[in-house]
Amino acid sequence: MITLTVDGIADLGAARMQMALSLGWHIVVACLGVGMPAITLLAEWRGHRTGDVHYRLLARRWARALGVLFAVGAVSGTILSFEMGLLWPGLMGTYGEIIGLPFSLEGIAFFIEAIFLGIYLYAWDRLPPTAHLLSGIPIVLAGVASAFFVVCANAWMQQPVGFTAENGRIATVDPWAAMFNPAAPTLTVHMILAAFMVAGFTMASVYAVAMLRGRRDRYHRLGLLLPLTVAAIVTPVQIGVGDWAAHAVANNQPVKLAAMEGVFETARGVPLHLGGIEIDGELRYALEIPNALSLLAHWDPHAEIRGLNEVPPADRPPVNVVHWAFQIMVGLGFALLVLAVWLALSWKRRRDLPSSPWFLRATACSGVAAVAALEAGWIVTEVGRQPWIVYGVQRTSEAVNPAPGLVYGFVLVTAVYVALTVATVYVLRRLARDVPVPIAPQERDVTDYKVV
Amino acid sequence: MPLPEIMLAVLWVGLTAYVLFAGADFGGGIWDLLAGGAVTGRRQRALVEHSIGPVWEANHVWLIFVIVLMWTGIPPVFAAVASTLYIPLTLAALGIIGRGAAFAFRKVSTELWQQRLFGATFAFSSVVTPFFLGTVAGAIASGRVPPGIAKGDLVGSWVNPTSLAAGALAVGTAAYLAAVYLTRDAERAGAADLVDAFRRRALGCGAVVGVLSAVGLLVLRADAPALFAEITSGRALPLLLLSVVAGLASLVLLWRRAYLAVRVTAALAVTGLLWGWGVGQYPSLLPGVSLADAAATDTVLAASLGSLAVGALLLLPSLWWLYATFQRDRVAARPDRRPD
Ligand code: HDD
Ligand code: HEM
Ligand code: HEM
Repeated sequence: MITLTVDGIADLGAARMQMALSLGWHIVVACLGVGMPAITLLAEWRGHRTGDVHYRLLARRWARALGVLFAVGAVSGTILSFEMGLLWPGLMGTYGEIIGLPFSLEGIAFFIEAIFLGIYLYAWDRLPPTAHLLSGIPIVLAGVASAFFVVCANAWMQQPVGFTAENGRIATVDPWAAMFNPAAPTLTVHMILAAFMVAGFTMASVYAVAMLRGRRDRYHRLGLLLPLTVAAIVTPVQIGVGDWAAHAVANNQPVKLAAMEGVFETARGVPLHLGGIEIDGELRYALEIPNALSLLAHWDPHAEIRGLNEVPPADRPPVNVVHWAFQIMVGLGFALLVLAVWLALSWKRRRDLPSSPWFLRATACSGVAAVAALEAGWIVTEVGRQPWIVYGVQRTSEAVNPAPGLVYGFVLVTAVYVALTVATVYVLRRLARDVPVPIAPQERDVTDYKVV
Repeated sequence: MPLPEIMLAVLWVGLTAYVLFAGADFGGGIWDLLAGGAVTGRRQRALVEHSIGPVWEANHVWLIFVIVLMWTGIPPVFAAVASTLYIPLTLAALGIIGRGAAFAFRKVSTELWQQRLFGATFAFSSVVTPFFLGTVAGAIASGRVPPGIAKGDLVGSWVNPTSLAAGALAVGTAAYLAAVYLTRDAERAGAADLVDAFRRRALGCGAVVGVLSAVGLLVLRADAPALFAEITSGRALPLLLLSVVAGLASLVLLWRRAYLAVRVTAALAVTGLLWGWGVGQYPSLLPGVSLADAAATDTVLAASLGSLAVGALLLLPSLWWLYATFQRDRVAARPDRRPD
């Protein structure tokens, strides 16, 4: 899938795999870090409004899990900032200053987030309820802001604007233009919505599993309903934004679009390909929907779509990876939409969850599906940009650290991530079972509540 | 001051904050490691956990701040340092993962074997991480990171007398700061025996760090004579003196049980050392590379520094609230609720 030796640099493959592993890991936790605080605050707020002890207990438990997730989010994110330099010094040494502004802004957001998280998690017993609720709001804002900033930096790698270069050195920079590049609007909005989907569906799926095991009390029903409602509201919007993102790609990164759709020959009235694999420069076994790609990408059934053959083979991304990642993301997006509509219809008719066990089963799978869509989407974006690290400006092979031995670093980092994954999953499962909620003497009603 | 100088100063402020705050969090881990068996060490570990729990993530962000400012403000230096020193930096990064994650995991685990496993990971990585970060500082200070990408010796750059001395000094400083801060925390918690324990450690550790600094200077004289000359006779001399005086004063204050005042002098001693190095080395960043050669364009510096200034308006009150909330004692049981 990814060739391990490119341009004679054996370690390039290792560096790319290490980056993909660390980012793919971090992004899941980061999505929970963006979406979960909002959902937790919603529960806490409902608890105070209605006095319903179940909401308050849910908020307390989610906050507890957040403490763990934020810690692993912070450390895995720190590794990423190291890796930007350890693995890609060629990128950072030249272009680091251009993407420095969004990262600096992100640093401020992290600070706000970490500060208020410390207060929110540890001062439950030191603050009156309303002040405590308010202390959570900066966490939500800062989480969304940090996702926005970091994706702006990534978007610049897709659409590098706002600078001039003279013989390999940066001459002038307009950092604001670089940050608000043409790819930023679609990518950031799509990412932030994805974070809410991932958080909502994942949290709901935990309670769906519990309900399938027979725990159907109000606590578990609310634990499913609240996050699932959030995710269900976001899903249709996300599909619309995804379409917007595809238009942006069609206009700005035609090679990526061609790889996403497996289009080789430039033509008008191009069909949409469902499935299929690329063999010898041709997409085979795909189901074709006539003119649909031209229509979707440019709102015109006869619009021209540029094919991969326009660029030399060395400038093309791996078609199968990008094509299938795109199909998987879109497919899962529509599958999640079906779940959302199911919930909405049942709620409209009966003010209740659908009674079918298949609804619970589907919800139990929805968390994994949302995460898979997220990873697939990033693969489209990042692998679809290859062989460029900065689209059209710098090749990935020019950016990599030429020092020998990166392979061993990759092996070591992989081992640590495996251990980290096992420990995180284990600890979160224990938390769900037997650990009491954080202390808050002024809310004894909740502290003394036993969960089955 | 021109923008590159301001940027470098801000970067150094961030580094100082990282050493003073997060350094002490690492030191807490070191004392956790040395606290003894699961039963005898329980109260000490609880004190450490209680003190660093709410603040370590915020303290940790200073490191991210320093890294981001490096690639924004002096990108070629960042690239040279990260590529040549990728081995100790990777190890430090893994230590950071182990420390942060294990600390959070231990907090929520209930069984002894889990607490032991996570506790050991937390404590061990608390020693390793400052050590490797120290070797990186030593590599830069002794001019072993040449400009360009991965142009330096991948091993010799950080396995050398200055780096090893700096690594040891980093670990010692972390332990010392933690002992000083924990003495006061124990006093506030009303644990007289822990106060004594940490006071003794702070005294011992302070003496060790003093000796380590002196040894470090000797190593520097042999290994990096130019920097040594700047520090001991050039413009950095006042900072070195400040560090020595504050260090001695700290020992006296500890002896006399002035636990709040010693926080200030201990921090000053460390700050003097850091700024002495910075001022001594300025304006050269890497061999043959001065700040003017490496600095980013002014538009970038202006935008980033401006944003940070605006951000500081949000941050400073928030940080103050964080520390104030946890340095204060719990709100008394509210009258409208059942008492405990
Ligand atoms: C829950 C996750 C999720 C779901 C359901 C979808 N996406 Fe997505 N997609 C992402 C999560 C995501 C992502 C992981 O967040 C990406 C990667 C980069 C980004 O900003 O968003 C992404 C990227 C991404 C890109 C690439 C943008 C680029 O490279 O510039 C396109 C064209 C789409 N998406 C289109 C869609 C469409 C048409 C969807 C309709 C079903 C869809 N996405 C559903
Ligand atoms: C805004 C955040 C991100 C930035 C700044 C970023 C940056 C990078 C960089 C520098 C590389 C290495 C160079 C390259 O191979 O082109 C890379 C590769 C990659 N990234 Fe991202 N990335 C981001 C988000 C993500 C996320 C969240 C994922 C999640 C899966 C991801 C997936 C990948 C993959 C799979 C590769 C390897 C691509 C390949 O080498 O074929 N990226 N990214
Ligand atoms: C190269 C890419 C990336 C780098 C260098 C990076 C860096 C970091 C760092 C250093 C942290 C820790 C902050 C703290 O101490 O609290 C962090 C956390 C976070 N990151 Fe990333 N990140 C990257 C990719 C992403 C992406 C693609 C997202 C998109 C959502 C993201 C969103 C977040 C969020 C919301 C947090 C805070 C929540 C948490 O700690 O769980 N990051 N990141």
